[in-house]
Amino acid sequence: MIRFILLQNRQGKTRLAKYYVPLEDSEKHKVEYEVHRLVVNRDPKFTNFVEFRTHKVIYRRYAGLFFALCVDITDNELAYLECIHLFVEILDHFFSNVCELDLVFNFHKVYLILDEFILAGELQETSKRAIIERMGELEKLE
Amino acid sequence: MNTFFSGTRLRDMIRAIRACKTAAEERAVVRKECAAIRTSINENDQDYRHRNLAKLMFIHMLGYPTHFGQMECLKLIASAGFPEKRIGYLGLMLLLDERQEVLMLVTNSLKQDLNHSNQYIVGLALCALGNICSAEMARDLAPEVERLLQFRDPNIRKKAALCSIRIIRKVPDLAENFINPAAALLKEKHHGVLITGIQLCTDLCKVSPEALEFLRKKHTEGLVRTLKDVVNSPYAPEYDIAGIADPFLHVRLLKLLRALGQGDADASDAMNDILAQVATKTESNKNAGNAILYECVETIMSIEDNGGLRVLAINILGRFLSNRDNNIRYVALNMLMKAITVDVQAVQRHRATILECVKDSDASIRKRALELVYLLVNETNVKPLTKELIDYLEVSDEEFKGDLTAKICSIVEKFSPEKIWYIDQMLKVLAEAGNFVKDEVWHALIVVISNASDLHGYTVRALYKAFQTSSEQESLVRVAVWCIGEYGDMLMNNVGMLAIEDPVTVTESDIVDVVEIALKHHALDLTTKAMALIALLKLSSRFPSCSERIKDIIVHHKGSLVLELQQRSLEFNSIIEKHQNIRSTLVERMPILDEATFTTRRAGSLPAAVSTSGGASLNLPNGAVKPSTAPLVDLLDLSDDVPAAPGSSGGDFLQDLLGVDLSTAPTQSGTNQVQKAGTDVLLDLLSIGVPPVQSSTSTTDILSPIQNEKSPIATLDALSSSSSPSAQATSSARAAPMMDLLDGFGPSPSKPENNGSVYPPFVAFESSSLRITFNFSKQPGNPQTTLVQATFTNLTPNDFTDFIFQAAVPKFLQLHLDPASSNILPASGNGSITQNMRVTNNQHGKRAASLVYWDQPCRPQASTLMLSVYIKGMDLCVLYIGGHSSLRFLLPSQQITLHRLL
Repeated sequence: MIRFILLQNRQGKTRLAKYYVPLEDSEKHKVEYEVHRLVVNRDPKFTNFVEFRTHKVIYRRYAGLFFALCVDITDNELAYLECIHLFVEILDHFFSNVCELDLVFNFHKVYLILDEFILAGELQETSKRAIIERMGELEKLE
Repeated sequence: MNTFFSGTRLRDMIRAIRACKTAAEERAVVRKECAAIRTSINENDQDYRHRNLAKLMFIHMLGYPTHFGQMECLKLIASAGFPEKRIGYLGLMLLLDERQEVLMLVTNSLKQDLNHSNQYIVGLALCALGNICSAEMARDLAPEVERLLQFRDPNIRKKAALCSIRIIRKVPDLAENFINPAAALLKEKHHGVLITGIQLCTDLCKVSPEALEFLRKKHTEGLVRTLKDVVNSPYAPEYDIAGIADPFLHVRLLKLLRALGQGDADASDAMNDILAQVATKTESNKNAGNAILYECVETIMSIEDNGGLRVLAINILGRFLSNRDNNIRYVALNMLMKAITVDVQAVQRHRATILECVKDSDASIRKRALELVYLLVNETNVKPLTKELIDYLEVSDEEFKGDLTAKICSIVEKFSPEKIWYIDQMLKVLAEAGNFVKDEVWHALIVVISNASDLHGYTVRALYKAFQTSSEQESLVRVAVWCIGEYGDMLMNNVGMLAIEDPVTVTESDIVDVVEIALKHHALDLTTKAMALIALLKLSSRFPSCSERIKDIIVHHKGSLVLELQQRSLEFNSIIEKHQNIRSTLVERMPILDEATFTTRRAGSLPAAVSTSGGASLNLPNGAVKPSTAPLVDLLDLSDDVPAAPGSSGGDFLQDLLGVDLSTAPTQSGTNQVQKAGTDVLLDLLSIGVPPVQSSTSTTDILSPIQNEKSPIATLDALSSSSSPSAQATSSARAAPMMDLLDGFGPSPSKPENNGSVYPPFVAFESSSLRITFNFSKQPGNPQTTLVQATFTNLTPNDFTDFIFQAAVPKFLQLHLDPASSNILPASGNGSITQNMRVTNNQHGKRAASLVYWDQPCRPQASTLMLSVYIKGMDLCVLYIGGHSSLRFLLPSQQITLHRLL
């Protein structure tokens, strides 16, 4: 199960934080800080997995952005790595060539996309097209 | 309509925040925005509600408090339009979580929205419920969600399936309602619904045995067929990743099959073919393929045994392990940890590669590999593996050394074939990474050394050599200093030389050098320095030629700013200067430390969770025969007298033994102090000359063997170490009367008669203002009663008027205080006051009354004789005299200690 999803830039500014487990705000800030510290200086050749408290963080860097998933210790790391990539492809498709600024100004849309992709800490949809289409329908309702 | 259109738009706020150059500027902008939003909330402004909330979400993401917006979420959720609801639910998920009471208010809105005619609104409600549902909400809304599992639109069905997962995680009792609708989802063709249905079934299997049984019986075949279809499906652009159709679905299916196959031969049998197909046909050049292989291997390892499949799986792991991609190697190591329970030999074959992974530059891989190596060690390969690990210790990263040393120490303790090897390896680790070694590890080493009497010489020489190169490694220095203190003479004379050793030429002064370096080294801590002082005291008696030099070093530390070092120096200096006659017995070798007691202590103090690294048992076949006399164990078992002492752990125990319990003492709670006080009994004045009764069980009796010891060694050793040396006492019968002890301190030493009436007087207390001398006597034929004559002398230039002396004793003693000879104490020692006390011990022969030093903040022992002095007109008020470190009072030079007390 995914415990939380973080999207941070190299400076550690959080661009998206979604928690599927209840945490205090102060605890959330601590977690965000610690995860950033863990991943920011790792060699690109290293594994994309770091142990974090009793869980592990699967992260992947795209330009200046770090996408990090915190999952259970028994979860399939490689599958979640693929999952991050799929999410990035969806964002890229939706914003056509996504960049950090898109995510800043349209943060609420990013949350919406994520809600169509992952729910209750589990994968909801694996088709990029289905999610993009769904987003189109939702946009029309605005 | 764009939601964020008019006024200070969301976009403008984000721009303004981004334009801030400093954190202070940002705070100012945010404060202004928050103020505006608050005003707007107070005015109940409907038009901008959703925009305000969107802003608040952004502000929340930056880390500012936004609780005042919580109610706005609820209002938006309650409004009719989709855009408002959307923002409301988003805010609900971001700003609130399941623990907030506000959430109770939203249950009703959720219920309405779950039944809404607009399926997009139903979707919003399901999404919010899936992400923040609490147990109460789960109970209230489960029927709605259950119904939605059959909704016509697949988008709703998949959301409902994931919502159900959350519900049964929160309330497992609800699981049975979901079994049938969940199983129905397994027949879906829509990937999204199918994958969520599979996940729901996997979770159902976890919480409900009935669900597991039902799915196993009815759906194993169907799932195998589904997996077959997915594996063999033609190219589907919608789900294609690296040439594989929906690897996520593969992974979820394999996971559910694992749950069904585990512990059931039939189900396992049904999936063998497809697992073999997945394991052999899946492309392994891309991450997606490897993710499937990885999941497949785990399923093969978990389901009921099928030899052929397991070989296949182990081969895949072997391939993974030699992959250049670190991620793949990482998961291989991860999986080999599981494979080890299935087939140790197969994993052992990869030992060399795994050992290489321990040396990887990536911490994640190193950590996994180290765990795996730890599991691979056995009696036959422990030596080469340990050598590799210790060699690597020299070059490893600083941050990895902690883990690595812990594992090496644990391996060495667990599998050591012989003591000498154990000691060798531990010394290597200490020399290389002594600063990372946990206290209990070097404590255990000292216990082992103490028990290996044939290796004392060898060990102390090896430590001496190691010290020359690694004097920065704290725990090496501690062990070295301890051993030099104990076995320093063996170091010099090459005693107990082993064939493998080169002889060393070491002079007495070289040895003292080592201890002096340890004492003066700036980087070493108080415990080490305190141990060094004890070692010096011991050496001073063993090396007469260096005695002067040692005395100088000790004198030098009398001015130490650290109180503990100062105290010890003062005490030791007095012993060296004034008590030559008892010094050699005082500093005799420690008795052999009891391994069994230490081991149980240690095992008891270690939490179960760290058992892998703790390695509790010292499994040394050629261990010295441990002393088996029961009283000895009793004595070592310090906490027996205070059963609930919270601080008594293995570590404390050995620290007590070594007399190094410095850092903890001042901060420990009262209970622990009591425990110490209980063991600190020193002067059994009132039971002197009485045959001891060892059979009774009261607190003091545990300590009573002190009375019948040959020499005061044990008690005086308590100067530095608290009590364990008294273990020696049991071994010997009483040879000299206890008052020997006081000889050293009394101004006029004289041999007491055995059951005689006169004991030498001694100065109980002396400061710049007052001296108190006690004379003890016993009447022949009345051993219960001790007569104490106190003599007070005023050392100040002023007379003391209204001088009152008071004394208090525990209940089992009776005190009779005669009137003082006067209440005016003349100045400058021109005359004195005497006062007689008669102390009767009602339980004479059963309980020993002791004069025990009462240190703050501990409470006096029940058997403590407290003597207090109260002198009117002066600040000097209470004085407790007695044992342990308090001997220091009896030494007139130690006024600093006294000032602390007075």
